[in-house]
Amino acid sequence: MSSRPELQAPPEIFYNDAEARKYTSSSRITEIQAKLSERALELLALPNDDMPRLLLDIGCGSGLSGETLSENGHHWIGLDISQSMLNVALEREVEGDLLLSDMGQGLGFRDGVIDGAISISAVQQWLCNADKSCHNPRLRLKAFFGSLYRCLARGARAVLQVYPENIAQRELILGFAMRAGFAGGVVVDFPHSSKSRKEYLVLTCGPPSISTAVPNGKGEDEESCSDDESSGDEENQTVSISDRHRPRKKQKIGKKGRGREWVLKKKEQMRRKGNVVPPDTKYTARKRKDRF
Amino acid sequence: MRLLTHNMLSCNIKGVTNGFPLRLEVEKFVEKEVEFNSDFLKNMFVKIEWKALVNAARSMGYEELPEEADSSMLDSDEFLKKFHHALLELHLEEGALICPETGRRFPVNKGIPNMLLHEDEV
Ligand SMILES: C[S@@+](CC[C@H](N)C(=O)[O-])C[C@H]1O[C@@H](n2cnc3c(N)ncnc32)[C@H](O)[C@@H]1O
Repeated sequence: MSSRPELQAPPEIFYNDAEARKYTSSSRITEIQAKLSERALELLALPNDDMPRLLLDIGCGSGLSGETLSENGHHWIGLDISQSMLNVALEREVEGDLLLSDMGQGLGFRDGVIDGAISISAVQQWLCNADKSCHNPRLRLKAFFGSLYRCLARGARAVLQVYPENIAQRELILGFAMRAGFAGGVVVDFPHSSKSRKEYLVLTCGPPSISTAVPNGKGEDEESCSDDESSGDEENQTVSISDRHRPRKKQKIGKKGRGREWVLKKKEQMRRKGNVVPPDTKYTARKRKDRF
Repeated sequence: MRLLTHNMLSCNIKGVTNGFPLRLEVEKFVEKEVEFNSDFLKNMFVKIEWKALVNAARSMGYEELPEEADSSMLDSDEFLKKFHHALLELHLEEGALICPETGRRFPVNKGIPNMLLHEDEV
C-alpha cells in the first residue's frame, strides 16, 4: 500500500478522529511540522519590524503549523477540511481562528486583506486528487490560487511546502499559481538528500520585482551523496521561474517519441529521489499497438 | 471566531457579487483576554470595514464603538482599547453566518464556522 495518505482516501475521511489524534501526538511529526513551519515563515520574508501580521494557515490541521505563527507573535486564520483535525486544534487551544473549509472551493476572504499565507504539507497532496466525481483538479487549483491571490495584500507572499508526487504535478501546481498572477518559484532545501529534501513554492502577489526573486535553498552546495552532478538534473537546484515570459523550451522529441533509453533514465532519476517506480522489464517504453 | 476574522470573511458562493459582511446570528459568544498591541491595531485599521465591525460587536451586546472612525482616532488610547476589545476579544462561539446576498446560512459550532459549499455553489 502506498505511504502517501492522499492516495488512500479523501482528506476529510483519512483524517478522522483516530488519525487526527495519532498525527498530533507523534513527537516526530510535531517536530518535523514545526521545522517546516519555521522555514516557511522565514521564506515569507515579512518586514523585520516585530509587527504582528494577519496570516493564513491553509490546511492548518490540528494547529501544529499555526503554533509556530503564534510563537512568532502573529495572528492567524487556519482553514481545514477535516473536522477531526480542527477538533484536536480546539483541544489544544490554539490561538488562531479556525474555519472548516475546502481550499479547492476557493477561499472566502475580502480582497487584499491578508499579509501572508503558509501551507504545510497540505496543498499538493489533496488538491490534485479527484476524490469525488464533481472534483476536477484543474478547476480546484484554479479556484484556490485565484482566491488566494485576491485575498493577499499586494507584495505579500504565500509559501506552500509541498511533497509533489512527480515533476508533472509540481509543474501543474506552479502553472496554476502563475496563471493566477503570482510570481515566484520553487525553493528546494537539501536537494541532494532524499530524506531531508524539502520543497517550498514561494509565491509573491503582484508583478515581478526584486522582492519576487526566489531565495536559495538550504544545503544546495553540499556534497552530493550519490547523484552524478553531470546529469544536469535541473530538479536538483533551486528552480526559479520568476521570468514568466521566457520562451517555452523546445521539446526534443523525435518522430519515434522519447525512446526506451530516456524512459529508463527518468525512471532511475525518480528511484533516486525515493519514489516508487515499477521495475524495468522488456515491456518498458515499448510502443503500444494502435488499437482502440 | 474573533470579529477580526469575521471582518475578513466574505461569502464565495458562485455568482455572489457582494458576500460581505456576513450577518451574525449569535446564540452564544465568549470573551477572551488578549494582549494589547497598539501597533497591530494601527496597522490593521486601514483594512477593517468599520461599519461591519460596529454591527458585529453590537450583535454581541458591545455598544462602545463609535459609529464612524478615522485614522486620527488612533492617537486615542481609549479608542484603541475599544477597538482592541471588539476586534480580538469577542468570539462567536455558537450561531451562524448568513450570506447577505443569498441568505445561505453557514453554521458556527464550537467557534468554528462551517464554510464548506454545496456542489452547486462552487
Ligand atoms: C499533513 S496535514 C498538515 C497539517 C498542518 N499544516 C501541520 O503542519 O501539521 C494536511 C492537512 O491538510 C488538510 N487538507 C487536505 N485537503 C484539504 C483541502 N482541500 N482544504 C483544506 N484542508 C485540506 C487535511 O485535512 C490535513 O489536516
